[in-house]
Amino acid sequence: MKPRALVLAGYGINCERETAHTLKLAGAEPEIVHLSDLLYGEKHLRDFHLLCFPGGFLDGDHLGAAQAAAHRLRHARIRHSSERLMDQILEFIAAGKLIIGICNGFQLLVKLGLLPALEKRYGERRVSLTYNDSGRFEDRWVYLRVNPSSPCVFTRGLSQLYLPVRHGEGKLVVESEEVLSSLRERNQIVLQYIHPNTGQPTQEYPYNPNGSVEAIAGICDPTGRVFGLMPHPEAFHHFTHHPRWTRGEVWEEPPGLKIFKNAVEYLRDTFLS
Amino acid sequence: MRTTRIEVALKPGLRDARGDKVLRRARDFLGLSVQAVRTVRVYLVEGDFSGEILERFAREALCDPVIQIFSVGKPLSPALGFDYDWVIEVGFRPGVTDNEGRVAAEALELLLERPLDSSCEGVYSALQYLIKGTLSSEDLERMARELLANELIERWWILSRKEYEKTGITYPAPRVTERSEATVETWDLSRLSDEELLALSRERLLALSLSEMRTIRDFFRRPDFVEERLRHGLGPEITDVELECLAQTWSEHCKHKIFNARIHYRDLESGEEFTVDSIFKTYIRGSTEKIRQRLGARDFCLSVFVDNAGVIQLNDRWALAFKVETHNSPSALDPYGGALTGIVGVNRDPFGTGKGALLVFNTDVFCFAPPNWDKPLPPRLLHPRRIFEGVREGVEHGGNQSGIPTVNGSIVFDPRYLGKPLVYCGTGGILPLEICDEPSWRKGARPGDLVVMVGGRIGKDGIHGATFSSEALHEGSPATAVQIGDPITQKKMTDFLLRARDECLYTSITDNGAGGLSSSVGEMAREAGGAELDLEKPPLKYPGLKPWEILLSESQERMTVAVPPEKIDRFLELARRMDVEATVVGRFTDSGYFHLRYEGRTVGLLPLKFLHEGVPQMELFAEWHPPRHEEPDLPEPEDLGAVLRQMLSRLNVCSKEYVVRQYDHEVQGGSVVKPLTGARDDGPSDAAVLRPDLSRTDGIAVAHGICPKFSDIDTYWMAANAIDEAVRNAVCVGGDPEHMAGLDNFCWCDPIESEKTPDGRYKLAQLVRAARAVHDFTLVYGVPCISGKDSMKNDYLMALGLDPEGENPYGVGTILPDGSLKISVPPTLLFSVVARVPDVTRAVTMDVKRPGDLLYILGMTRDELGGSEYYASRGFVGVSVPRVNAEEARVRYLRLRDAIYYGLIASAHDASDGGLAVALAEKAFSGGYGLFVDLSAVPYEGCGRADFILFSESASRILVTVPRDRKRDFEKLMEGTTYALIGEVIAEPELIIRDGLGRDLVKEPLSALKAAWKTPLAEL
Repeated sequence: MKPRALVLAGYGINCERETAHTLKLAGAEPEIVHLSDLLYGEKHLRDFHLLCFPGGFLDGDHLGAAQAAAHRLRHARIRHSSERLMDQILEFIAAGKLIIGICNGFQLLVKLGLLPALEKRYGERRVSLTYNDSGRFEDRWVYLRVNPSSPCVFTRGLSQLYLPVRHGEGKLVVESEEVLSSLRERNQIVLQYIHPNTGQPTQEYPYNPNGSVEAIAGICDPTGRVFGLMPHPEAFHHFTHHPRWTRGEVWEEPPGLKIFKNAVEYLRDTFLS
Repeated sequence: MRTTRIEVALKPGLRDARGDKVLRRARDFLGLSVQAVRTVRVYLVEGDFSGEILERFAREALCDPVIQIFSVGKPLSPALGFDYDWVIEVGFRPGVTDNEGRVAAEALELLLERPLDSSCEGVYSALQYLIKGTLSSEDLERMARELLANELIERWWILSRKEYEKTGITYPAPRVTERSEATVETWDLSRLSDEELLALSRERLLALSLSEMRTIRDFFRRPDFVEERLRHGLGPEITDVELECLAQTWSEHCKHKIFNARIHYRDLESGEEFTVDSIFKTYIRGSTEKIRQRLGARDFCLSVFVDNAGVIQLNDRWALAFKVETHNSPSALDPYGGALTGIVGVNRDPFGTGKGALLVFNTDVFCFAPPNWDKPLPPRLLHPRRIFEGVREGVEHGGNQSGIPTVNGSIVFDPRYLGKPLVYCGTGGILPLEICDEPSWRKGARPGDLVVMVGGRIGKDGIHGATFSSEALHEGSPATAVQIGDPITQKKMTDFLLRARDECLYTSITDNGAGGLSSSVGEMAREAGGAELDLEKPPLKYPGLKPWEILLSESQERMTVAVPPEKIDRFLELARRMDVEATVVGRFTDSGYFHLRYEGRTVGLLPLKFLHEGVPQMELFAEWHPPRHEEPDLPEPEDLGAVLRQMLSRLNVCSKEYVVRQYDHEVQGGSVVKPLTGARDDGPSDAAVLRPDLSRTDGIAVAHGICPKFSDIDTYWMAANAIDEAVRNAVCVGGDPEHMAGLDNFCWCDPIESEKTPDGRYKLAQLVRAARAVHDFTLVYGVPCISGKDSMKNDYLMALGLDPEGENPYGVGTILPDGSLKISVPPTLLFSVVARVPDVTRAVTMDVKRPGDLLYILGMTRDELGGSEYYASRGFVGVSVPRVNAEEARVRYLRLRDAIYYGLIASAHDASDGGLAVALAEKAFSGGYGLFVDLSAVPYEGCGRADFILFSESASRILVTVPRDRKRDFEKLMEGTTYALIGEVIAEPELIIRDGLGRDLVKEPLSALKAAWKTPLAEL
């Protein structure tokens, strides 16, 4: 049996199709579900193992990236029931299932307070993603280092990634120094932008494309099962995605695909064996 | 009505990237001594809400607690600890699309758990700039007008810090308060003289000619028609609803009257004379028909020239729809809104084609005046830098937010685009070959089907386009000049409609763009044989629109669909569920009439036949006399390397990475060849390759050609070169020229002779020649046009009382005898192509790959420098325009295609702007390896000057590199075509070009060449 993945769509989400395709390649059984299907009770999170918030421009990023959408999700109730969608999400996390938020989906997780969820306090907003230092939206590929000590289940066995970022608000900022040291100590910093020459985290533009504190590109919750990242793993699932594939730069296994395979493997082991 | 201000800003200490950008631009563009800028978001909340609700709204919905602070009902600035001297606040005028405000209003509704009462509640956004600097009030006024706001759609307030902190800032929320009665005006045309008919056309901005007004008058005298009107309670007088509907349907924009005119053409030089009955039918559609006939069973065209986009078959599963549009005048008035609407507007074309296509790529081509314009600006024109940045940002937001990758484009610079920028936006979409067991590319509303309007609401947006003058505007009247799109409302609508499509809930779909419901329902009525429309039913943004305004409004994000009555419940239920507004507004019939009612009363009754076929054909005259330019007598430059660097820095040649990076070119995951390529991801790709279906390895190449510079010599060769360039670019990346379709987009200056256009006959001859070239060259290449568009009035005309004999103070355009200034765009044809790529893993990029590879040139170089960048850089036009030998080029392209598919080609790059030398430099620095070139080996016909060989822009030439071990295979394949081995890729990062005697003509480090190429537009 394949793990079932819910790929959210609607209200300006726009990477749902390629994300579902990548999940399928990775061995999951993906389903693209419009937010309204959840809100009308036609679909329920309990029927899925993985919840994916794909990239896009939820509500046009007006009021700030994913800010309005987070407000919507916090308040929205399931029709003809007292249940809030947020309750379903929290149950989903408590059940040990996986959540990944990519780009706009990461912004959403952060603004819902599902990340970083320090000490598992889900719902508290402690970090944010805001305008790139350049003041611009940019589409460019970046090198990333994976924290080997991170509990993140999505990045197991990976050490370096090469993926595109495509955002205008990807600069991670923390509420306080304490938040940053907590993230550091608990290894919740999963991905950092690195300089290709040194392999070290960098604040140098464009290798760090947005000026993120400590070059952070992705974080997870304390369990490692909720993961958010600005780069787009689904955008590197085929060798022809690499910007220099015609120059012979080919990865044996596209690292974007591997991230989803890790998720599938974890879910198989945990829920389906 | 009570209005509460909520202000939100980044916490002190956090970088305000938006403020920094304004700071930079105020200094660099306006030369103002601004020291710092911070921004504050303002929300005007209208309505009687408790303090607790407002506080929660601010805290929970509007403010990000990690990075922002807020205030309710008092200025936030004191809490920012920011030392400022001035405040400029910018807000929208009433009725302007306010997406930020709309989203905030939705958030408030979620909090209240009820919808807002639109009659007295609302949320409006504004932006406040806190400015530090020693500035005069004139400086601030300039900053507001020239940098921060556009007076057509926005208002601003300037206060000193003292004033602001003492009294705050108050102004009424931009609610539309103006109401007009829903009246219907009528005219008895039979009583009007010719002068009165023309006056009526002029006063109501109908743009109908005397002959058209007479045709309408005469039709309204027909006894059978008058009798039919009586039956519906209408007199013989024409109503404003009917007159406006006819004017819209018969507009140049919709009926392409010039392209369909009878044109008498005379070539004053050769004496050739002929009459062409519609250049569209004869040349454009004519060529496509011939190609399709020739292809026979291999014809891949599915739907051409009949729908909102052209459709071809892509493979055994998919059809592809492609359309390119222009949005020039709106972009001149409001570059951001105009361009945004341009891109989301053209999205609706493939989306409204057949049963509706899934949108998979965007293209954009802009024509601007140079951004470093330093001469005085003629009145009412925006600085080209502002146009550039506004348009760029509009397309960025439109494309990126819609989740459609922008894969291909270019920017062309010429001073004459000062008067009117050209903004071409294109969109491609895919349809499964069959939808609901019917061919997907066909559609047909049936009598009895309901007319359903889906998406946004109707306001006065864009009624009569930009011509509705702004002088009548006052507080409370809606800004109608430009429409501003909302990509997210549209995305929600397309998400919904694709689902409705796959549930087979509608029979036909089309978009509401120019002409609004009048155009969409008027068009669909032809499928069924008639339609009835109840004009009180469409939902309005604000009350007080007249029936004709509802019919013609160009409010965005709307589609019209035909829904069978038995499916309407499910359709509306699905719409409600997906948070999309859908309203039944009428019914399709087979009455033969477009029947318009308002609250049950008939306000218009027009026979479809008259509406669509009644417009009289124009009769026009064209006279061709080749322009007289001199072939310049240039001294041969000493330092060709320096000239090459100069050429690389030309605006039409230099890197456009600044723009390209800000467009998402990879969303949807099908990107194969990106717009930027090479060792450092910054080389200029010739074309894009993508896989719209991720489960397959075949895909498409998207490319274009545009070269208005040749129009100054001969538009025939301008068009020929544009087509050749488009085809060549697509072939370079792996597109199959035998499975390739084209789109022609003409942007012309007014070609109808008149007092204001004394050279109309010449301009019309230019048009005829260009159209003829489209015929001749698409035919030889076998690349059928499947759709296209023309925009015929790209001129700036302003009575300025200038001295016709004196010097033109603006340095561009011509002064007419009456003292007005006219700036006409150079006749511009954009030719876009889409081609199948059978195996994308064979795709090729333009950058050299490895030292040792052999360098070949395909095609002949001649002394064809007329119109070239090289001549232009020395201030000349010249005579010797590049000529295209399409028969030879076609064979060359087919061979190159085969070579690419056999895997013989390491890189391919076309030589166009800046010629061979520029192409060599681009290939080398993009690949990170040098090139050694023997110029004497280049196949060449001419006087032998090195600068001519290097910078000639002869057509149909391609530079390729080939691995040494594939030399024999490659040369065998190219046998019999014009090509030569001219050098090789070298490890040293240098471009070395030698003459036949072994002397270095060019010896330049790649870093210098690349720097020259990257610097000019590194950042605006």
